Amino acid sequence: MSARPPACRGPLHLAAAVDLPGAHDAAPFVELARLAEHGALDFVTLGDGFARPGLDALAVLSRVAPATGRVGLVPTVTTTHTEPFHVQAAVATLDWVSHGRAGWTVDVSTTEAEARLFGRRRAAPRDALWREAGEVADVARRLWDSWEDDAEIRDVATGRFVDRDKLHHVDFEGAAFSVRGPSIVPRPPQGHPVVVVDATAEHTRDVAVRYADVALVRAASPALAGAARADLRARATAAGRDPRELRVLAALVVDLGGGEHAAQPGHGGGPHPTAEGPLYRGGPVDLADLIASWHAAGAADGFHLTPVEPRRDLERLVNGTVSLLQHRGLFRTFYPGATLREHLGLTRPANRYAAHAGEAS
Amino acid sequence: MTAGTHGSPARRRIHLAAHFPGVNNTTVWADPRSRSQIAFSSFEHLARTAERGLFDFFFLAEGLRLREHKGRIHDLDVVGRPESLTVLSALAAVTERIGLAATVSATFNEPYELARRLASLDHLSGGRAAWNVVTSSDAFTGENFRRGGFLDRAERYTRAAEFVATARELWDSWAPGADGAPGGPRPFAHSGRHFTIAGEFGVDRPPQGHPVVIQAGDSPEGREFAASAADVVFTRHGTLEEGRAFFADVKGRLARYGRRPEDLKIMPGVTFVLGDTAAEAQERAIEIRRRQVSPQNALLTLEQVWGVDLSAYDPDGPLPDIDPDPDPDPTLVQGRVRIGDRLAVAEKWRALSRAKGLSLHQTVIETTGRQSFIGTPAAVAEQLDEFVRTDAADGFILVPHLTPGGLDEFVERVVPLLQERGVFRTEYEGATLRSHLGLPEPARKG
Repeated sequence: MSARPPACRGPLHLAAAVDLPGAHDAAPFVELARLAEHGALDFVTLGDGFARPGLDALAVLSRVAPATGRVGLVPTVTTTHTEPFHVQAAVATLDWVSHGRAGWTVDVSTTEAEARLFGRRRAAPRDALWREAGEVADVARRLWDSWEDDAEIRDVATGRFVDRDKLHHVDFEGAAFSVRGPSIVPRPPQGHPVVVVDATAEHTRDVAVRYADVALVRAASPALAGAARADLRARATAAGRDPRELRVLAALVVDLGGGEHAAQPGHGGGPHPTAEGPLYRGGPVDLADLIASWHAAGAADGFHLTPVEPRRDLERLVNGTVSLLQHRGLFRTFYPGATLREHLGLTRPANRYAAHAGEAS
Repeated sequence: MTAGTHGSPARRRIHLAAHFPGVNNTTVWADPRSRSQIAFSSFEHLARTAERGLFDFFFLAEGLRLREHKGRIHDLDVVGRPESLTVLSALAAVTERIGLAATVSATFNEPYELARRLASLDHLSGGRAAWNVVTSSDAFTGENFRRGGFLDRAERYTRAAEFVATARELWDSWAPGADGAPGGPRPFAHSGRHFTIAGEFGVDRPPQGHPVVIQAGDSPEGREFAASAADVVFTRHGTLEEGRAFFADVKGRLARYGRRPEDLKIMPGVTFVLGDTAAEAQERAIEIRRRQVSPQNALLTLEQVWGVDLSAYDPDGPLPDIDPDPDPDPTLVQGRVRIGDRLAVAEKWRALSRAKGLSLHQTVIETTGRQSFIGTPAAVAEQLDEFVRTDAADGFILVPHLTPGGLDEFVERVVPLLQERGVFRTEYEGATLRSHLGLPEPARKG
C-alpha cells in the first residue's frame, strides 16, 4: 500500500453499536451487522443490562454469527448478578460459533431495581462492583487458559481423549467468589476473546488497564481523548502490560441525519457533551474528517460509534464516512485476517499454564 | 387407550428428537469418521440432519464441571463441550423448524436471568426453544459457582419447581398487545421459599408463550415434578415393560394437576444400530459397545459404584467379592451420574454376572448400555412403532454414537419407513416446537 497512515499511528479501527431497543427478532440485528461487515468494521457491539428491555445480547450476536463472516461480535455481559463460570463459558462458546470473532464488553449492575430482579444481594457502590468485575475478567481469562491449545489428543493407542496434564484447575479465590475449574469449554479459537471496557470513569480504569484489549473513552475533544489514551497506556505499562496490546477507541454518539450539512456549529465541528456521551451531529463527510484528524493527532487508535438512528446512520456511516476513509487510504477495504484479534492487530495470548508446564506437578 | 388399532388411520404419531452425544461413553471418538465435539460445524450437521428428518427437536446436555476420577480429570471419554444456549442461538440461524432444547441447571442459575435467556432464544428462533430442567446436588459441581455448596435432595426439586413456576410468571408478565402489536412490561412480584424477586421482565412474551419444559430424572420427586410442570419427560426407561410401567405411572399423575395424558410427552433416550441384515446389525452393535467401553473404562465405572480403589482387579476376571463402601471415597463418586443405592446396584450386577457368566468388563458393557434398537431399518421402524402403539413411549430421543454423522443413516433409511407406516410426519405442519409436539399454547395467567 502506498497510502500509509502518518508515522507512529497504527491502523485506524472502527466499531459500531447495533442496539435496537424494542427489537424482538433476529432480522434487524443481522441486517445491521452485515452492513457493518460491508464496511469492513472491526466489530459491532450490543449493549445489555437486566433492567432494560431487550433480548439477551450474547444470544442475539450468537444468532448473528452464522449470518456473518468476518465482523467481530461484542455483546455486553454484566458481572454483578451473573455466575462467572457461566459468563466465561458463554463468551468462549460465542468465539467457537463465530470462528474467532467474539468479544465481551464488561459491565456492572449498580441499581437496586436490578438487585431486586435477583433477590440475592443489595445494590453496591460502583467501585466495589468494578473490583468484582475485575475478578470476573481475571477468572475468565484463567478459565480460557485452563485448557492448553493441544490438550485434546485423541490417542487411540492409549484410549486417552485428552492429555489431562494440559487441563488445569484454576483454583481462583476472589473477594466475592471462588472457582475451581477447569472450564468445560476447550480454549476458544482466539485464545482469549477480546475484552472491551468503557474506561471513561475513573473507577473502571483499573479493570481496563489490567484486563481489557480495547478501552473505550467518551471524550468530546481530541485533547481529552488523547489524554485518556496516554493515561491508560501509562497505567497498563505500570501494571506490567505491553501498552501496544491495548487499543483505545474514542466513543461517540453520531447523528448523521444532518445529511450533507456541516457539523453542528458552535463546537468547532466536533462533538458536544450530552448525558449519553459526546454527540456528533452532522454529515458523513465531516465525520470522516473528524475521524481522520483525531486519529492523525494520536488521540485514539480508532472510534466506537453509536448511531442515534441505527438503520439510517449506520448506512450513512458505512456508505459515506467509511467509503471516504477507504478512498483516502486511511481505512481497510477488506479484512486481511479472520479473527477479531487479527482485525485489531492484537496478538493471540500465550497460555499462562503452558508457559509454566515444566513446573507443573 | 389412545392407540388406534393396527392399520387404522388413527395411528399414533411418533415424536423424534436428536441428542448431540455428550461427554459420557456414548461416542466412539476413536472411529475415523468421528469429528470435533466442539466445532460449530458438528452441531450444524447434526441439527440440520435432524431437521431434514423432520424431528421435533435437537437436544444438548450441559456440563458444569469436568468429570474427575481419583482427583484427576477423566480422560478416557470425550471431554469438553460448549455452553448450550449460545450454540442453540447460533443454530437458530442455520435451521428453520426444528426445536432447540438446552439442558440448564435449576440449581446453579437464577430465574430472572435464565427466563430472559430462554425467552431470547424463543424469540430468535421464532418459537423453537426448550429447556431441559436438571438439578444438581453435589458440592463438587458447586465449587465452580458463587452459591457454592449444594442443595439436599429434597430441596433440589422444590427449588426446581419454584424456578419453573417463577419463570412462567415472568414470561406471562407482559401485557398483551392489541392486534399483534407488542405489549409492554407489567410489574411482577414473586415471593417464595427460594426466590423473592420483583421488577419488570425485559423481554416480550415468547412466541410459544412458554418455551417447552423438559424434565429428566426418575426419582419419585422427579416424576411428580414432571407431572406437575413438564411438557416432555426425558427418561432412560427404554425396554418395553419398563417403558409401559413408567408411562402408566407418570401419565396417571397428571390428572391431579388438571392435565390430560397428552399434555406430557414421554420420550426415552435410546441408541440404535442399523444393518442390512439382523445379523449384521447385531455384529455392529457388539463392536460399538466394545469400543465404547474399554477395559480401563469398565474398571473406572466399577470404582464409581463400589466407591473404593479397584485397580488391582482384572477387567477380564469376575466382579469384586468385597462390598461397596457405605462411606465411599468422594473422589470416586462425584462428577458422574448418580448410581443410586450402591449395595443394591452391586448385588444386581453380581446376579447378572453369575447368571450369564460375564467378566467384570462384560458386566459393565451389559449394564451401562441404554435401550438400543438394533436391526434392519424395517425392524427398527417396527420396534419404534410398537413402543408408541402400546403405550411404552410417545417418542424417542435418539443418541447417535458418532459425531456428527451418526444420524444420517437413520434419517435416510428409517424415517421414510415410519412415514410409510403413517406414524411419522411427512412435513412440519407448524412453525413452533409446541406445534410439533402437539402441545397447547399455555394460557396467560395473571
